[in-house]
Amino acid sequence: MYAVRNWLFGGVFMLVLIASPAGSRAKEIPDSISLGSLANLYEKVDFNHAKHIMLVKDCAECHHHTTGTLTQNPDCVRCHKNSGATAVVACKDCHKAQPFSGAALREKSKTAYHDDILGLKGAYHQNCTGCHRRMGGPTGCQDCHVRNKKGDAFYSAGAYAPPQAHGEGRQRGN
Amino acid sequence: MKRRDFLKGCMACGAAATLGVSGNAWGINSFEGYPEGMGVLVDLTRCVGCRSCEAACNKEQKLPAPDAPFDDKSVFEEKRRPTEKAYTVVNRYDAKPGGPVYRKIQCNHCNEPACLSSCFVNAYTKTKEGAVIYNPKVCVGCRNCLIACPFYVPGYSYSSAFNPVVKKCIFCYDTRLKYGNPPACVEVCPQEVLTFGHRNELLKIGRDRIREKPDRYVDHIFGEKEVGGTSWLYLAGVNFDQVGFDTTMSNDPILSNVKDFLGIVPMVLTIWPALFTGFHLLATKKNHGDGHSGQEDPKP
Repeated sequence: MYAVRNWLFGGVFMLVLIASPAGSRAKEIPDSISLGSLANLYEKVDFNHAKHIMLVKDCAECHHHTTGTLTQNPDCVRCHKNSGATAVVACKDCHKAQPFSGAALREKSKTAYHDDILGLKGAYHQNCTGCHRRMGGPTGCQDCHVRNKKGDAFYSAGAYAPPQAHGEGRQRGN
Repeated sequence: MKRRDFLKGCMACGAAATLGVSGNAWGINSFEGYPEGMGVLVDLTRCVGCRSCEAACNKEQKLPAPDAPFDDKSVFEEKRRPTEKAYTVVNRYDAKPGGPVYRKIQCNHCNEPACLSSCFVNAYTKTKEGAVIYNPKVCVGCRNCLIACPFYVPGYSYSSAFNPVVKKCIFCYDTRLKYGNPPACVEVCPQEVLTFGHRNELLKIGRDRIREKPDRYVDHIFGEKEVGGTSWLYLAGVNFDQVGFDTTMSNDPILSNVKDFLGIVPMVLTIWPALFTGFHLLATKKNHGDGHSGQEDPKP
Protein backbone atom coordinates (compact mmCIF):
# COMPACT_ATOMS: atom_id res chain seq x y z
CA MET A 1 0.00 0.00 0.00
CA TYR A 2 2.71 2.41 1.07
CA ALA A 3 4.80 1.44 -1.90
CA VAL A 4 1.92 2.33 -4.24
CA ARG A 5 1.40 5.59 -2.42
CA ASN A 6 5.12 6.35 -2.56
CA TRP A 7 5.10 5.61 -6.25
CA LEU A 8 2.11 7.90 -6.70
CA PHE A 9 3.81 10.68 -4.76
CA GLY A 10 6.94 10.22 -6.81
CA GLY A 11 4.94 10.24 -10.03
CA VAL A 12 3.05 13.40 -9.05
CA PHE A 13 6.32 15.05 -8.10
CA MET A 14 7.88 14.17 -11.43
CA LEU A 15 4.80 15.49 -13.25
CA VAL A 16 5.05 18.76 -11.33
CA LEU A 17 8.72 18.97 -12.25
CA ILE A 18 7.99 18.36 -15.92
CA ALA A 19 5.03 20.74 -15.95
CA SER A 20 6.90 23.60 -14.30
CA PRO A 21 8.58 26.08 -16.62
CA ALA A 22 12.18 25.24 -17.40
CA GLY A 23 13.40 28.67 -16.30
CA SER A 24 12.14 28.45 -12.70
CA ARG A 25 13.37 24.88 -12.34
CA ALA A 26 16.87 25.84 -13.40
CA LYS A 27 16.88 28.45 -10.69
CA GLU A 28 15.85 25.95 -8.04
CA ILE A 29 18.11 23.09 -9.06
CA PRO A 30 21.65 24.30 -9.67
CA ASP A 31 23.69 22.55 -12.35
CA SER A 32 26.92 23.16 -10.51
CA ILE A 33 27.65 23.81 -6.84
CA SER A 34 30.91 25.26 -5.60
CA LEU A 35 31.98 23.55 -2.38
CA GLY A 36 34.54 25.64 -0.54
CA SER A 37 34.40 24.62 3.13
CA LEU A 38 37.92 23.11 2.92
CA ALA A 39 39.30 26.07 0.98
CA ASN A 40 42.03 26.63 3.55
CA LEU A 41 43.80 23.42 2.49
CA TYR A 42 42.31 22.57 -0.90
CA GLU A 43 41.08 24.33 -4.00
CA LYS A 44 37.32 24.63 -4.18
CA VAL A 45 35.45 21.65 -5.57
CA ASP A 46 33.06 22.36 -8.41
CA PHE A 47 30.42 19.73 -7.86
CA ASN A 48 28.67 18.84 -11.10
CA HIS A 49 25.13 18.55 -9.80
CA ALA A 50 23.56 18.05 -13.22
CA LYS A 51 25.81 15.10 -13.99
CA HIS A 52 24.96 13.47 -10.67
CA ILE A 53 21.24 13.95 -11.26
CA MET A 54 21.63 12.16 -14.58
CA LEU A 55 23.63 9.35 -12.98
CA VAL A 56 21.69 8.79 -9.78
CA LYS A 57 18.24 9.91 -10.91
CA ASP A 58 16.62 9.67 -7.48
CA CYS A 59 17.14 12.91 -5.52
CA ALA A 60 16.41 11.12 -2.24
CA GLU A 61 19.61 9.12 -2.67
CA CYS A 62 21.46 12.16 -1.34
CA HIS A 63 18.68 14.43 -0.10
CA HIS A 64 17.00 11.90 2.26
CA HIS A 65 13.37 12.82 2.94
CA THR A 66 13.65 16.45 1.88
CA THR A 67 13.04 15.95 -1.83
CA GLY A 68 12.60 13.25 -4.45
CA THR A 69 10.88 9.95 -3.72
CA LEU A 70 10.01 9.35 -0.12
CA THR A 71 12.56 7.56 1.95
CA GLN A 72 12.33 3.82 2.44
CA ASN A 73 14.68 3.68 5.43
CA PRO A 74 12.69 1.95 8.20
CA ASP A 75 14.19 4.22 10.83
CA CYS A 76 13.06 7.32 8.93
CA VAL A 77 9.60 6.23 7.80
CA ARG A 78 8.42 5.94 11.39
CA CYS A 79 8.08 9.73 11.24
CA HIS A 80 8.64 10.66 7.63
CA LYS A 81 6.39 8.25 5.75
CA ASN A 82 4.11 11.11 4.71
CA SER A 83 6.57 13.97 4.82
CA GLY A 84 6.46 16.14 1.73
CA ALA A 85 9.34 17.96 0.16
CA THR A 86 10.81 20.50 2.55
CA ALA A 87 11.56 24.15 1.94
CA VAL A 88 15.30 23.67 2.37
CA VAL A 89 17.13 20.91 0.57
CA ALA A 90 20.75 22.08 0.53
CA CYS A 91 23.16 19.89 2.53
CA LYS A 92 24.42 22.82 4.59
CA ASP A 93 20.92 23.66 5.83
CA CYS A 94 20.81 20.58 8.08
CA HIS A 95 24.46 19.47 8.25
CA LYS A 96 26.32 22.07 10.25
CA ALA A 97 29.72 23.31 9.22
CA GLN A 98 30.70 23.36 12.92
CA PRO A 99 28.92 20.33 14.40
CA PHE A 100 30.90 20.31 17.66
CA SER A 101 30.75 23.96 18.69
CA GLY A 102 29.36 24.75 22.13
CA ALA A 103 26.11 26.07 20.62
CA ALA A 104 25.69 22.98 18.41
CA LEU A 105 26.23 20.62 21.36
CA ARG A 106 23.72 22.48 23.51
CA GLU A 107 21.12 22.31 20.75
CA LYS A 108 21.85 18.64 20.16
CA SER A 109 21.27 17.68 23.79
CA LYS A 110 17.73 19.08 23.64
CA THR A 111 16.48 17.09 20.67
CA ALA A 112 14.99 13.64 21.10
CA TYR A 113 15.62 12.66 17.46
CA HIS A 114 18.28 13.60 14.95
CA ASP A 115 20.85 13.87 17.74
CA ASP A 116 23.49 12.14 15.62
CA ILE A 117 23.34 14.24 12.45
CA LEU A 118 26.69 14.40 10.69
CA GLY A 119 28.49 17.69 10.22
CA LEU A 120 28.72 19.08 6.71
CA LYS A 121 32.17 17.68 6.00
CA GLY A 122 31.30 14.24 7.39
CA ALA A 123 28.04 14.15 5.43
CA TYR A 124 29.74 15.05 2.15
CA HIS A 125 32.53 12.54 2.56
CA GLN A 126 30.47 9.64 3.85
CA ASN A 127 27.76 10.11 1.27
CA CYS A 128 30.03 10.88 -1.68
CA THR A 129 32.82 8.40 -0.95
CA GLY A 130 30.36 5.69 0.07
CA CYS A 131 28.50 5.96 -3.23
CA HIS A 132 31.69 6.41 -5.26
CA ARG A 133 33.00 3.17 -3.81
CA ARG A 134 29.83 1.30 -4.76
CA MET A 135 29.58 2.90 -8.21
CA GLY A 136 33.28 2.85 -9.02
CA GLY A 137 33.75 6.63 -8.81
CA PRO A 138 36.96 8.36 -7.68
CA THR A 139 37.75 7.82 -3.98
CA GLY A 140 41.24 9.27 -3.46
CA CYS A 141 41.51 12.58 -1.57
CA GLN A 142 43.08 14.45 -4.45
CA ASP A 143 40.80 12.89 -7.06
CA CYS A 144 38.22 15.47 -5.98
CA HIS A 145 40.28 18.08 -4.08
CA VAL A 146 43.43 19.65 -5.43
CA ARG A 147 45.62 20.47 -2.48
CA ASN A 148 46.92 24.02 -2.31
CA LYS A 149 50.18 25.29 -0.85
CA LYS A 150 48.79 25.53 2.66
CA GLY A 151 47.52 21.99 2.29
CA ASP A 152 50.97 20.79 1.28
CA ALA A 153 52.43 22.47 4.37
CA PHE A 154 49.73 20.92 6.56
CA TYR A 155 50.44 17.41 5.31
CA SER A 156 54.22 17.99 5.15
CA ALA A 157 53.96 16.90 1.54
CA GLY A 158 54.95 18.22 -1.88
CA ALA A 159 57.39 21.10 -1.47
CA TYR A 160 57.17 20.68 2.32
CA ALA A 161 58.01 16.97 2.36
CA PRO A 162 60.78 15.92 4.73
CA PRO A 163 64.16 15.53 2.96
CA GLN A 164 64.49 12.20 1.19
CA ALA A 165 67.78 11.42 2.93
CA HIS A 166 65.97 11.44 6.24
CA GLY A 167 63.21 9.35 4.76
CA GLU A 168 65.59 6.60 3.72
CA GLY A 169 67.48 6.65 6.95
CA ARG A 170 64.49 6.84 9.24
CA GLN A 171 64.33 4.25 11.88
CA ARG A 172 61.73 1.59 11.58
CA GLY A 173 60.41 -0.54 14.36
CA ASN A 174 59.59 0.36 17.95
CA MET B 1 48.81 -7.08 81.40
CA LYS B 2 49.83 -10.59 80.65
CA ARG B 3 52.01 -11.27 77.67
CA ARG B 4 49.36 -13.50 76.11
CA ASP B 5 46.66 -10.81 76.40
CA PHE B 6 48.97 -8.27 74.83
CA LEU B 7 49.62 -10.53 71.85
CA LYS B 8 45.90 -11.28 71.53
CA GLY B 9 45.17 -7.57 71.50
CA CYS B 10 47.77 -6.98 68.81
CA MET B 11 46.28 -9.70 66.63
CA ALA B 12 42.79 -8.28 67.07
CA CYS B 13 43.95 -4.78 66.15
CA GLY B 14 45.73 -6.04 63.05
CA ALA B 15 42.73 -8.07 61.93
CA ALA B 16 40.40 -5.11 62.43
CA ALA B 17 42.67 -2.83 60.42
CA THR B 18 42.93 -5.34 57.60
CA LEU B 19 39.18 -5.91 57.44
CA GLY B 20 38.57 -2.20 57.64
CA VAL B 21 40.34 -1.48 54.36
CA SER B 22 38.82 -4.33 52.43
CA GLY B 23 35.66 -3.82 50.44
CA ASN B 24 35.15 -0.54 48.65
CA ALA B 25 36.23 1.78 51.39
CA TRP B 26 38.38 3.91 49.10
CA GLY B 27 35.58 5.13 46.91
CA ILE B 28 37.10 3.94 43.66
CA ASN B 29 35.30 1.74 41.13
CA SER B 30 32.29 3.99 41.62
CA PHE B 31 33.63 7.11 39.91
CA GLU B 32 32.19 7.37 36.43
CA GLY B 33 33.80 10.60 35.37
CA TYR B 34 32.79 14.19 35.89
CA PRO B 35 29.16 14.85 34.85
CA GLU B 36 30.20 17.55 32.40
CA GLY B 37 33.19 15.56 31.16
CA MET B 38 33.71 15.58 27.41
CA GLY B 39 34.83 12.72 25.23
CA VAL B 40 35.26 11.51 21.69
CA LEU B 41 33.49 8.57 20.10
CA VAL B 42 35.77 6.91 17.53
CA ASP B 43 33.80 4.99 14.91
CA LEU B 44 36.30 2.66 13.26
CA THR B 45 33.77 1.65 10.59
CA ARG B 46 34.10 5.16 9.12
CA CYS B 47 37.89 5.57 9.08
CA VAL B 48 39.58 5.47 5.67
CA GLY B 49 43.14 5.90 6.95
CA CYS B 50 43.84 9.34 5.47
CA ARG B 51 46.05 10.32 8.46
CA SER B 52 44.68 13.88 8.54
CA CYS B 53 44.32 13.56 12.32
CA GLU B 54 48.06 12.91 12.59
CA ALA B 55 48.82 16.01 10.53
CA ALA B 56 46.42 18.16 12.55
CA CYS B 57 47.91 16.94 15.85
CA ASN B 58 51.41 17.66 14.60
CA LYS B 59 50.53 21.27 13.75
CA GLU B 60 48.34 21.95 16.78
CA GLN B 61 50.86 20.64 19.30
CA LYS B 62 53.80 22.13 17.40
CA LEU B 63 55.53 18.76 17.16
CA PRO B 64 58.72 18.27 15.13
CA ALA B 65 58.47 17.59 11.40
CA PRO B 66 57.54 13.97 10.63
CA ASP B 67 59.89 11.42 9.07
CA ALA B 68 57.52 10.92 6.16
CA PRO B 69 54.71 13.08 4.69
CA PHE B 70 51.33 12.66 6.31
CA ASP B 71 49.85 11.37 3.06
CA ASP B 72 52.41 8.55 2.88
CA LYS B 73 50.53 5.26 3.26
CA SER B 74 53.69 3.15 3.60
CA VAL B 75 53.67 3.80 7.36
CA PHE B 76 50.84 1.28 7.63
CA GLU B 77 53.31 -1.52 6.96
CA GLU B 78 54.22 -1.48 10.62
CA LYS B 79 52.16 -1.13 13.79
CA ARG B 80 53.04 2.17 15.42
CA ARG B 81 52.63 3.57 18.90
CA PRO B 82 52.32 7.19 20.03
CA THR B 83 55.74 8.76 20.60
CA GLU B 84 57.25 12.07 21.66
CA LYS B 85 56.96 13.19 18.02
CA ALA B 86 53.43 11.94 17.35
CA TYR B 87 50.75 11.99 20.02
CA THR B 88 48.35 10.12 17.77
CA VAL B 89 48.94 7.46 15.11
CA VAL B 90 46.68 5.47 12.81
CA ASN B 91 47.35 1.78 12.27
CA ARG B 92 45.94 -0.52 9.63
CA TYR B 93 44.64 -3.99 10.44
CA ASP B 94 43.75 -6.51 7.77
CA ALA B 95 40.70 -7.73 9.58
CA LYS B 96 38.51 -10.33 7.95
CA PRO B 97 35.98 -10.13 6.45
CA GLY B 98 35.57 -6.71 4.88
CA GLY B 99 39.12 -5.58 4.20
CA PRO B 100 41.36 -3.22 6.12
CA VAL B 101 40.25 -1.51 9.32
CA TYR B 102 42.04 1.61 10.49
CA ARG B 103 42.42 2.44 14.15
CA LYS B 104 43.44 5.78 15.58
CA ILE B 105 45.47 5.55 18.77
CA GLN B 106 45.97 8.36 21.28
CA CYS B 107 45.57 8.81 25.02
CA ASN B 108 42.14 7.50 25.97
CA HIS B 109 41.87 9.90 28.92
CA CYS B 110 40.79 7.40 31.58
CA ASN B 111 38.26 8.33 34.23
CA GLU B 112 40.71 6.98 36.80
CA PRO B 113 44.08 7.31 35.10
CA ALA B 114 46.77 4.83 36.08
CA CYS B 115 49.44 7.33 35.00
CA LEU B 116 48.06 9.82 37.50
CA SER B 117 48.03 7.23 40.29
CA SER B 118 51.57 6.17 39.55
CA CYS B 119 53.04 9.69 39.46
CA PHE B 120 54.78 10.51 42.73
CA VAL B 121 55.33 14.18 41.90
CA ASN B 122 51.65 14.70 41.06
CA ALA B 123 52.40 15.92 37.55
CA TYR B 124 49.10 14.58 36.20
CA THR B 125 45.62 16.09 36.50
CA LYS B 126 42.25 14.77 35.36
CA THR B 127 40.40 17.96 34.50
CA LYS B 128 36.66 18.39 34.87
CA GLU B 129 36.44 18.57 31.08
CA GLY B 130 37.76 15.01 30.92
CA ALA B 131 41.33 15.59 29.77
CA VAL B 132 44.28 13.91 31.46
CA ILE B 133 46.95 16.59 31.35
CA TYR B 134 50.41 16.81 32.90
CA ASN B 135 52.77 19.49 34.06
CA PRO B 136 56.13 18.95 32.33
CA LYS B 137 57.76 21.40 34.73
CA VAL B 138 57.41 19.04 37.68
CA CYS B 139 57.96 15.82 35.71
CA VAL B 140 61.21 14.24 36.85
CA GLY B 141 61.29 11.73 34.01
CA CYS B 142 60.88 8.61 36.14
CA ARG B 143 58.66 6.91 33.50
CA ASN B 144 56.43 5.22 36.07
CA CYS B 145 53.45 6.38 34.00
CA LEU B 146 54.81 4.64 30.92
CA ILE B 147 54.72 1.39 32.84
CA ALA B 148 51.38 2.09 34.53
CA CYS B 149 49.40 2.99 31.40
CA PRO B 150 47.33 -0.03 30.29
CA PHE B 151 47.22 1.35 26.72
CA TYR B 152 50.99 1.96 26.39
CA VAL B 153 50.29 5.57 25.44
CA PRO B 154 52.75 8.00 27.04
CA GLY B 155 55.86 8.68 25.02
CA TYR B 156 59.15 9.90 26.39
CA SER B 157 61.53 12.51 25.02
CA TYR B 158 64.52 10.19 24.83
CA SER B 159 66.00 12.68 22.36
CA SER B 160 66.44 15.29 25.09
CA ALA B 161 69.67 14.74 27.00
CA PHE B 162 69.10 17.29 29.75
CA ASN B 163 65.37 17.49 30.35
CA PRO B 164 63.65 14.31 29.22
CA VAL B 165 59.96 14.37 30.08
CA VAL B 166 56.80 12.47 29.28
CA LYS B 167 54.93 13.44 26.12
CA LYS B 168 51.37 12.48 25.33
CA CYS B 169 48.02 13.64 23.93
CA ILE B 170 46.39 16.20 26.23
CA PHE B 171 43.03 16.36 24.39
CA CYS B 172 44.21 19.78 23.08
CA TYR B 173 43.32 21.04 26.55
CA ASP B 174 45.37 24.25 26.55
CA THR B 175 44.32 25.48 23.14
CA ARG B 176 40.85 24.06 22.61
CA LEU B 177 39.11 21.85 25.17
CA LYS B 178 39.41 24.47 27.92
CA TYR B 179 37.35 26.80 25.74
CA GLY B 180 34.76 24.16 24.87
CA ASN B 181 36.17 23.43 21.42
CA PRO B 182 36.85 19.99 19.96
CA PRO B 183 40.45 18.82 19.60
CA ALA B 184 42.28 19.42 16.31
CA CYS B 185 42.00 15.80 15.13
CA VAL B 186 38.22 15.84 15.52
CA GLU B 187 37.90 19.06 13.60
CA VAL B 188 40.01 17.91 10.66
CA CYS B 189 38.59 14.39 10.26
CA PRO B 190 36.85 14.29 6.84
CA GLN B 191 34.79 11.20 7.58
CA GLU B 192 33.59 12.32 11.00
CA VAL B 193 35.07 9.16 12.44
CA LEU B 194 35.48 11.24 15.58
CA THR B 195 32.38 12.57 17.32
CA PHE B 196 33.04 15.09 20.07
CA GLY B 197 30.55 15.65 22.87
CA HIS B 198 29.63 14.99 26.48
CA ARG B 199 30.72 11.48 27.38
CA ASN B 200 27.23 10.58 28.59
CA GLU B 201 25.70 11.70 25.29
CA LEU B 202 28.35 9.84 23.31
CA LEU B 203 27.45 6.60 25.07
CA LYS B 204 23.82 7.11 24.03
CA ILE B 205 24.85 7.90 20.46
CA GLY B 206 27.06 4.82 20.39
CA ARG B 207 24.26 2.58 21.63
CA ASP B 208 21.85 4.10 19.09
CA ARG B 209 24.27 3.42 16.23
CA ILE B 210 24.62 -0.21 17.32
CA ARG B 211 20.86 -0.59 17.68
CA GLU B 212 20.07 0.99 14.32
CA LYS B 213 22.78 -0.88 12.39
CA PRO B 214 23.37 -4.19 14.20
CA ASP B 215 25.03 -5.64 11.09
CA ARG B 216 27.56 -2.86 10.91
CA TYR B 217 28.75 -2.88 14.53
CA VAL B 218 29.99 -5.27 17.17
CA ASP B 219 27.71 -4.86 20.18
CA HIS B 220 30.29 -3.24 22.44
CA ILE B 221 31.55 0.25 23.17
CA PHE B 222 35.22 -0.08 24.08
CA GLY B 223 36.03 2.34 26.87
CA GLU B 224 32.58 2.45 28.42
CA LYS B 225 33.71 0.18 31.24
CA GLU B 226 37.30 -0.86 30.50
CA VAL B 227 39.72 0.10 33.30
CA GLY B 228 36.98 2.12 34.97
CA GLY B 229 35.89 3.88 31.77
CA THR B 230 37.70 6.22 29.39
CA SER B 231 36.75 9.58 27.87
CA TRP B 232 37.58 8.30 24.41
CA LEU B 233 35.23 5.54 23.28
CA TYR B 234 35.44 3.16 20.34
CA LEU B 235 32.91 1.49 18.04
CA ALA B 236 34.06 -1.21 15.62
CA GLY B 237 32.67 -3.44 12.93
CA VAL B 238 34.95 -6.36 13.80
CA ASN B 239 35.88 -7.92 17.12
CA PHE B 240 38.06 -5.52 19.04
CA ASP B 241 40.90 -8.02 19.47
CA GLN B 242 41.22 -8.14 15.66
CA VAL B 243 42.17 -4.48 15.57
CA GLY B 244 44.74 -4.46 18.33
CA PHE B 245 42.62 -3.81 21.41
CA ASP B 246 43.33 -5.67 24.62
CA THR B 247 40.00 -7.35 25.25
CA THR B 248 41.20 -9.05 28.42
CA MET B 249 41.20 -5.77 30.30
CA SER B 250 39.42 -5.65 33.62
CA ASN B 251 36.60 -3.19 34.19
CA ASP B 252 38.26 -2.16 37.44
CA PRO B 253 40.58 0.83 37.36
CA ILE B 254 44.27 -0.06 37.44
CA LEU B 255 44.40 1.59 40.84
CA SER B 256 42.27 -1.20 42.34
CA ASN B 257 45.07 -3.68 41.63
CA VAL B 258 47.25 -1.95 44.19
CA LYS B 259 44.81 -0.23 46.56
CA ASP B 260 44.72 -3.14 49.03
CA PHE B 261 48.46 -3.24 49.19
CA LEU B 262 48.77 0.54 49.44
CA GLY B 263 46.09 0.59 52.15
CA ILE B 264 48.22 -1.70 54.30
CA VAL B 265 51.31 0.49 54.01
CA PRO B 266 50.20 3.09 56.60
CA MET B 267 49.16 0.30 58.95
CA VAL B 268 52.54 -1.37 58.60
CA LEU B 269 54.31 1.91 59.19
CA THR B 270 52.30 2.83 62.31
CA ILE B 271 51.61 -0.48 63.98
CA TRP B 272 54.62 -2.61 63.12
CA PRO B 273 57.24 -0.43 64.86
CA ALA B 274 55.25 -0.47 68.08
CA LEU B 275 54.43 -4.15 67.71
CA PHE B 276 57.95 -5.31 67.12
CA THR B 277 59.38 -2.95 69.70
CA GLY B 278 56.94 -4.60 72.11
CA PHE B 279 58.11 -8.06 71.04
CA HIS B 280 61.69 -7.00 71.42
CA LEU B 281 61.17 -5.54 74.88
CA LEU B 282 59.26 -8.60 76.05
CA ALA B 283 61.83 -10.97 74.59
CA THR B 284 64.71 -9.16 76.21
CA LYS B 285 62.93 -8.27 79.48
CA LYS B 286 64.51 -11.20 81.28
CA ASN B 287 68.00 -9.89 80.65
CA HIS B 288 67.65 -6.52 82.31
CA GLY B 289 64.37 -6.79 84.21
CA ASP B 290 65.46 -9.26 86.92
CA GLY B 291 65.95 -6.72 89.62
CA HIS B 292 62.75 -4.68 89.04
CA SER B 293 60.05 -6.84 90.58
CA GLY B 294 59.36 -10.26 91.82
CA GLN B 295 55.96 -10.61 90.13
CA GLU B 296 57.19 -12.31 86.99
CA ASP B 297 56.43 -15.95 86.51
CA PRO B 298 59.33 -18.12 87.47
CA LYS B 299 61.10 -19.52 84.45
CA PRO B 300 61.67 -23.24 84.19
